[in-house]
Amino acid sequence: MAWTREQMAERAAHELKDGYYVNLGIGIPTLVANYIPCGLKVVLQSENGMLGIGPFPFPGEEDPDLINAGKQTVTQLPTSSYFSSADSFAMIRGGHIDLAVLGAMEVSESGDIANWTIPGKMMKGVGGAMDLVSGVKHVIAVLEHTNKEGESKILKRCTLPLTGKAVIDLVISDLCVFEVDRKKGGLVLIELAPGVTLDLVRAKTEAAFTNGLPVRKDGQ
Amino acid sequence: MTGKVYGTARAALDGLLFDGMTIMSGGFGLSGNPETLIFALKESGVRNLTVISNNCGADGFGLWLLLNNGQIKTMISSYIGENKLFEQLYLSGKLELELNPQGTLAERIRAGGAGIPAFFTKTGAGTILAEGKPVQEFEGETYVMERWLRADLSIVKAWKGDTEGNLIYRKTARNFNPVMATAGKVTLAEVEHLVEPGSLEPDCVHTPGIYVDRIIQGTNYEKRIERITTRPRPAAEQA
Repeated sequence: MAWTREQMAERAAHELKDGYYVNLGIGIPTLVANYIPCGLKVVLQSENGMLGIGPFPFPGEEDPDLINAGKQTVTQLPTSSYFSSADSFAMIRGGHIDLAVLGAMEVSESGDIANWTIPGKMMKGVGGAMDLVSGVKHVIAVLEHTNKEGESKILKRCTLPLTGKAVIDLVISDLCVFEVDRKKGGLVLIELAPGVTLDLVRAKTEAAFTNGLPVRKDGQ
Repeated sequence: MTGKVYGTARAALDGLLFDGMTIMSGGFGLSGNPETLIFALKESGVRNLTVISNNCGADGFGLWLLLNNGQIKTMISSYIGENKLFEQLYLSGKLELELNPQGTLAERIRAGGAGIPAFFTKTGAGTILAEGKPVQEFEGETYVMERWLRADLSIVKAWKGDTEGNLIYRKTARNFNPVMATAGKVTLAEVEHLVEPGSLEPDCVHTPGIYVDRIIQGTNYEKRIERITTRPRPAAEQA
């Protein structure tokens, strides 16, 4: 059984560490906030100018002056702070954010990521993604392993215009988790979703990868 | 000294508009948009605009009004997102778009206001957005040179402002407004609450009045929310 969107978010949440300042992208990454392990203090940054994002408001308490980068209504915490877009990206570009989790359309075995346009067909714009991948200390890409046609989205080289070159540290798909060696390039398979086999990942992955799965005692 | 306070958006814009001009407009998504001034720009009919703004409003709201009215020739933005009209006009070649990474956009505007003609950033290196831009290595990493952005007119929205033009923004409605206030040849601010001098705590002022040339009391704020997202109340509280 492949991971659901929620389970992918939960897996990404395992990468959080106590005291981390974290930026979550739109879509599956936003769900990571629901799976912050108990006892861990994590501060969420929103690139439109907020540190310390609180939960979604109760019905009737929405504030149009208080939204996250996905334009959703949120709330503030006693420790929250607000700042301008220029300050926000100084924070991001300056390497002060520990972790970013971003959605992706394609990733490559050298750690490239594409997530903003399909030329001629779709143009969402880049938003803060290029700044995040180039400035944040650790970057996780979360994506479905294959497209609707069943073709691999984890590639030797991205076919779409890049968001960043050699910037991804970890790839979480619905089938497995890859670590990326950003310096030398190359993917290492470190985890399979329950019920997913190595053969299935081999069949569904265009990128080259090495097997770094823990060896099981029963020899499987 | 002539006062900075104008009675209406129309009066505040008087003498400042010309076809082909460049306008910066604050806001992120639909939050912190200078709604009153955008509406007045629509009414003015000024055309061929280059507009610098992170987004371009949304269906029936904000800068979308100018886009829909055919007044914008070029957008300098970071995100198109769910704005169908923006995407369609761009993909069909009817709108020029200079796409910027959001942080680069903010810093270019900051640089414009601070008198820094160019700077280097790692953002965008190795992507098509860096094509044609000078690059340089610093400590083994490649950085892209980006130029400042300035505008003929900046329009910004604040929560409170006094008659001297000191501004205070509220929560995430601050976003691009403070930097844009610094980068316009002329800066127009609209506020939800126009107050008398002495009403604002000087330590809390976000934009000092030096950056603001004209100020108006905004009217008819819709303050639309793009994605109302809530959580259920706990059962005990519902009783």
